[in-house]
Amino acid sequence: MVVLLFTSLLIGCKSGGAKPTKQEIPMEAPKETKAVYDEIKQAEKIFNALPSPLESAMLIKSAGARFNETLLNPIGNVNNYVTNKSMALNLGIYTCDLSFASLYEQTQLIIDYMNAAKKMADGLGILKAIDQSTIDKLEENINNSEVIMEIVSETFMNSNSYLEDNGQPAVAAMVLVGGWFEGLYISTQLVDMHDFNGNKLVGRIIDQKLSIGILLNLLQSSKGNPAVDELVIQVNKLKIVFDKISITTSKIRPVFDKTSNTTMLKSDVKTDMTPEVFKELATTVAEIRSTFVK
Amino acid sequence: MRIFRIIPILALIILGTTLNANAQCKAFAKKICLPELGAYTHDGNYHAAILVEGEEAELYKTFYSDMEYRVAICGEDKLPKVEFKVLDSDKNILYSNKDANFAKTWDFKLQSSQQLKLVVKVSSFNKPGDTPASGCVAIMFGFKVKK
Repeated sequence: MVVLLFTSLLIGCKSGGAKPTKQEIPMEAPKETKAVYDEIKQAEKIFNALPSPLESAMLIKSAGARFNETLLNPIGNVNNYVTNKSMALNLGIYTCDLSFASLYEQTQLIIDYMNAAKKMADGLGILKAIDQSTIDKLEENINNSEVIMEIVSETFMNSNSYLEDNGQPAVAAMVLVGGWFEGLYISTQLVDMHDFNGNKLVGRIIDQKLSIGILLNLLQSSKGNPAVDELVIQVNKLKIVFDKISITTSKIRPVFDKTSNTTMLKSDVKTDMTPEVFKELATTVAEIRSTFVK
Repeated sequence: MRIFRIIPILALIILGTTLNANAQCKAFAKKICLPELGAYTHDGNYHAAILVEGEEAELYKTFYSDMEYRVAICGEDKLPKVEFKVLDSDKNILYSNKDANFAKTWDFKLQSSQQLKLVVKVSSFNKPGDTPASGCVAIMFGFKVKK
C-alpha cells in the first residue's frame, strides 16, 4: 500500500510544460528499490519555458519603445471570453497588457487590466490567484513600480502553478502562448519602418525565433487537446515566416567577472530579416492574435 | 465486490496525497526559492516538480541580450545535493554548479540572445537498500535590465 501510494505520487507529479520521456536514468539501483526506479523512469521532466508576460513587456520597454494604449486588448472584451481556450489565451494577453501598463506607470490601466486578468482567472476556476486583497494591495502601491511588478509576477505564478498542479497543463500552456503572442504583437506594431535598420526592437523580435521551437514543444506536450491542436496549426504558420529569418551565432565563451560575480556569455550573432519579411511577420502575428481576442 | 469499494477510496487517497505534494511544492518554491532571486525580478513562471534522487529534469529557455539573469535552483532539505548545468545548443557546458560547491544560484548575462538548456539532477545518497529520497525541486528565473 505504502509503495503503491509512493509510486503513484511520483507519477502524479508531472509538472508545468513538462512531459515524460523514455530516456533511461544513468544510475545503478539496488535490487530492493528496482521496482520504484522502474516507475520513476517515466517521471523525468522537461520544461519548455517561454518568456513570461512580464519579461516580454520588459523587453519591449528596454528596447526603447513608447507606450501605446490602443494596442492593448480592450477590457470591454472580457465578457466575450466564455470558453476555457479563450479565457486562458486572454489571461496571458491581459497579463501582458497589465505588465506593459505597469512598466509605463499607467496607474488607472494597471487596476483595469488586473481586474480583467482576475475575471479570466476566476472563469478558469483558478482559486485565489487574484483576490480582492491583491487589488487592494495594487491600489495602495499604485505609484510603487517595484511592488506592482512583484504583484504581477506573483499573480501570474499563482495562476500557472494552480493550473499545473491541478492537472491542466494544456490550459497553463495556452496562458503562456497568449502572453507570448501579445508581447510579439505589441512589439511588431511599435516598429517604425522609417527606423528599421539597427532598430533595437526589431532585434528583440528576431530573437523570438529562438522561442518558436520551445513554443511548439510546449503545445506538443498537450497534443490531442482540440484547442491546443488548433494553436499548433496557427503557430506553424508563424514558424514558416520565422524560418525566413536567419540567425547565426558564434561559439559561446563564458567569461566570469569576479567583481560583479557574474558570468558574461560572449558570442557574436549575425541576423538577417528584410523589411518585407518583417511586414509578413507582423501581418501573420496580427491575424493570429485577432482570432484570440475576438 | 469489496474491491469495487476499495478502488475509489484508494484513488481518493492517492489524488489527495498528490495534490497535497503539489501544494507543498508550490509553497516551497515561493517561500524558499523565490527569496534566492534577491534584487532580480521574478519572471512569474513556475517550474517545480517532485524529483527522486538520481532523477534529472531539463529546461529550455531563451535568454535575451538586454537582460541580466539569476537562475535559482533549490531542492528540499531531505534531498541530496542538486546539481545543475547550463548548456548551449551544441551541448557545450557553459556552467556547472559542481565547480561552485553546488551553489543554488548563478548570475549571468549575454552578449547576444541565446536559447540555453538547463539540466538539473538530484544526486544520490548512495545508500543501497534504502527507499530513494524524493522532494520538491524548483527552478526560478529573475531578471533585470542590463546596465
